[in-house]
Amino acid sequence: MTAPLTDLIAIRDLDRAQVDDLLDTARELLPIARRERASVPTLRGRIVCNLFLEDSTRTRLSFDLAAKRLSADVVDFTAQGTSVKKGESLLDTAETLMALGVDLIVLRTSSAGAPVQLAREVAVPVLNAGDGWHQHPTQALLDALTLLQHRDDLTGAKVTIVGDILHSRVARSEVELLRLLGADVTLVAPPTLLPDVSGWGVTVSADLDAVLPTTEVLYVLRVQRERLHRAFFPSTREYARVWGVDAARLRRLPGDALLMHPGPVNRGVELTSDAMADPRAVITEQVTNGIAVRMACLYRLLSAAPRPEVDA
Amino acid sequence: MTRLLDADDVARMVRRLAHEILEGNGGAAGLVLLGVRTRGVPLARRLAAAIATIEDVDVPVGELDVTLYRDDLALRDPMPIGATDVPPDVEGRTVVLVDDVLYTGRTVRAALDATSALGRPARVRLVCLIDRGHRELPVRADHVGKNLPTAAEDTVVVRLAETDGVDEVVVGAGR
Repeated sequence: MTAPLTDLIAIRDLDRAQVDDLLDTARELLPIARRERASVPTLRGRIVCNLFLEDSTRTRLSFDLAAKRLSADVVDFTAQGTSVKKGESLLDTAETLMALGVDLIVLRTSSAGAPVQLAREVAVPVLNAGDGWHQHPTQALLDALTLLQHRDDLTGAKVTIVGDILHSRVARSEVELLRLLGADVTLVAPPTLLPDVSGWGVTVSADLDAVLPTTEVLYVLRVQRERLHRAFFPSTREYARVWGVDAARLRRLPGDALLMHPGPVNRGVELTSDAMADPRAVITEQVTNGIAVRMACLYRLLSAAPRPEVDA
Repeated sequence: MTRLLDADDVARMVRRLAHEILEGNGGAAGLVLLGVRTRGVPLARRLAAAIATIEDVDVPVGELDVTLYRDDLALRDPMPIGATDVPPDVEGRTVVLVDDVLYTGRTVRAALDATSALGRPARVRLVCLIDRGHRELPVRADHVGKNLPTAAEDTVVVRLAETDGVDEVVVGAGR
């Protein structure tokens, strides 16, 4: 029996059985989007609150659609024009949301660790939709789902992650999940954008061109310009030349390899437009799979947590 | 546990139910069999095989997983969701829902919701191998293999070769 999910904060909180269950569930939920009636009544009457304290359009839209495909009601609580701007603390906000009767909180925040703190304070499940440089577990799960649609097994699969590892919650979740699934991960990053990765169980390289011929999955991270308060590299042109992926570089990648990116892409910086159009790119599949993975997480979190006053 | 029906009994019921379905529908035209997971699926396949023998027509068979349509999600342990694999042409056809045991009627209600999410069938019929009574919803089967009066505490188990290695129906008395 798979252990029930009470919150989803970080990949390292999950065991292999829970990951497999979430991915299996997502696979079964995928076809719902293609049905004549593209929703199921499973979470009817449940209220999902999207508490987004950091700008995000795509992730919020994906969570919004995931909840709606399961017939949950969605309330949005964004930082713009709300009391958070007036200095209300996260826990005060949480208290308000509880009083309003929400059944689950999806939290996106620039503060690493805030979801853990919130989960300790509230009685409802908390789903981390990205916290600072820390974790973005649903991104890693949707990437794993995408990979497993192309590979039966990730044991020993050679995955190269290139880009700004230092500021990347995606990279942290990605590495944890890929290691759990048995993949061999190589990180390629400018030295200024590489944190201390001892204990991550990964290989580090500074030469992208050298690792490409043996790479089975090339995962290109987004250059997070909004996070770069200091000068970590001389210019975006310099970054694109050394660390960016273009069609010429993709010729070094094996023909059956996969090219992934968490979106949104800075065209011409980490990926060129012709690289995005490469047949090995599965970036749009990642977006589609994101909804199914988030549906699976909502379903598991809310079906594992019976509400106190259920009328049988 | 007492064995009430054996493999020969099950085979006879399936043959009779196939005849009843064809008689009720006036032939095999427009029929789609949807097995409710788990044991409704092999039953639906057997009914389709029986219909093929009788009328020499291959009726499409689909699988329906009703987990996402249940109204008792929070009352149960988390269940794995099974595949819903349905023939594309439910629209305008006669859907025959196939289940092993008809009990409270809640699974059937969920199956009706699941079916209508796939399209608009012209009509929906219900076939079950065992009707054990104790309905909690106004649901009635069109074709029943065997009516089995039970106490609410009893357990009724249908076993099929495809899922359990043997064809039989067993009943256990409650406490």
